[in-house]
Amino acid sequence: MVSEPVLGDVAARGNVVSNAMTTLAGAWRALASVPDPELPVVSIVDLGIVRRLARDGANVVVTVTPTYSGCPATEAIAGAIRAALSEVGFPDARVEIVLAPAWTTDWIGEDAKQRLRDFGIAPPGSARPGIAKIDVRGIGPLRRAGTVVPCPRCGSPRTSLTAQFGSTACKALYRCDECLEPFDYFKEH
Amino acid sequence: MSTAHLFEILLRLGDSPLILAQRLSEWVGKGPVLEEDIALANVGLDLLGQARLWLSYAGEVEGEGRDEDALAYRRDADAFRNALLVEQPNGNYADTIARQFLFDHWHALALRSLAGSRDERIAAIASKAATEVAYHVERSTDWVIRLGDGTDLSHRRMQAAIDGAWMYANELFVPDAIDDASARDGIGVDLRALAGPWRAAVGAALTEATLTTPSDDWAQRGGRQGRHTEHLGHLLAEMQFLQRAYPDARW
Repeated sequence: MVSEPVLGDVAARGNVVSNAMTTLAGAWRALASVPDPELPVVSIVDLGIVRRLARDGANVVVTVTPTYSGCPATEAIAGAIRAALSEVGFPDARVEIVLAPAWTTDWIGEDAKQRLRDFGIAPPGSARPGIAKIDVRGIGPLRRAGTVVPCPRCGSPRTSLTAQFGSTACKALYRCDECLEPFDYFKEH
Repeated sequence: MSTAHLFEILLRLGDSPLILAQRLSEWVGKGPVLEEDIALANVGLDLLGQARLWLSYAGEVEGEGRDEDALAYRRDADAFRNALLVEQPNGNYADTIARQFLFDHWHALALRSLAGSRDERIAAIASKAATEVAYHVERSTDWVIRLGDGTDLSHRRMQAAIDGAWMYANELFVPDAIDDASARDGIGVDLRALAGPWRAAVGAALTEATLTTPSDDWAQRGGRQGRHTEHLGHLLAEMQFLQRAYPDARW
């Protein structure tokens, strides 16, 4: 979907062109300081869940899309957004939740993906076609055509899926069969 | 499509994930292994999130001031519109996996179709949910293959679980007049059209699992019309207890 050419749209962030924009730019900076509650190395702007920031009289409206339908962090994120904006002069910022277009991991920036990797999480987009090794405890090893996720630490493609869901629904648990470290994989959506 | 019919369609879409989420939550703390315990909770959480979106919309469409909580906690069994399959008890682990596997494959197909609904809100919820359900399908399919193509005991139990759930799964493809009208209007899903792709996907996995695909297409029906098996009432007694005993209680 083509984003509307609205002042303060995601595509236009950082383009400081006027005084009015300066405040909006300040609001963007405030949003960029709000970490994801589950993944503190990336901000909600890095994640791509902030879709739009627009003026509403003296205030601003932030449009946010949830990562997952059942994401328990959505309400915490809305609260953190209001708190951050309040500090830069928008005490009554509104947070609107929209579902369409549905969030995709394609909206996570490259630098944020690198930060995830440095944090020990294989970022979305790192899976490549191959013979998946599934080694869920209780199931035992199973190999089938699928995808291989390289280890974010040593880079080895010899890894096993140990659980389709990890500490949060958006991550799967893997183990590197080379360096033996367990790691999270941020699943593609 | 009338408001009453749209409300009905939304209940049918929301009640199945809600009831299945409740069933999965019964496993929490006693899953067979820690990883599975976490997976069950996460799948349940996805489904609960989806149910909230459907039921919130249903409440708005109905326009009588009922929100998602009122619809979840203040309806009796005969007002629920979930498929009979999802209210079946957890049983042994093969039963839980069979129920999930048969539902997941249907769910993925139904959501993919609903993503093209003429109702924008339905399309948005379905598109969102479809990406989540793709992982549910992967997980339950892996389990069916592993248990089917496992030990003699796991094979026997997996086959019995598939056979036992089959007549309920068949219900997922039997529309009534409301389903048909919603499909004609481009709002709901054409349930009959899902049967072919579902049989192909389910059949391929069952074959890989060295299991036999049941051939009987007789369906135990009634869920979407509010005629449920005895199990739903027991499930609701637990799910709704707090709001029934302490109406309007809040965290």
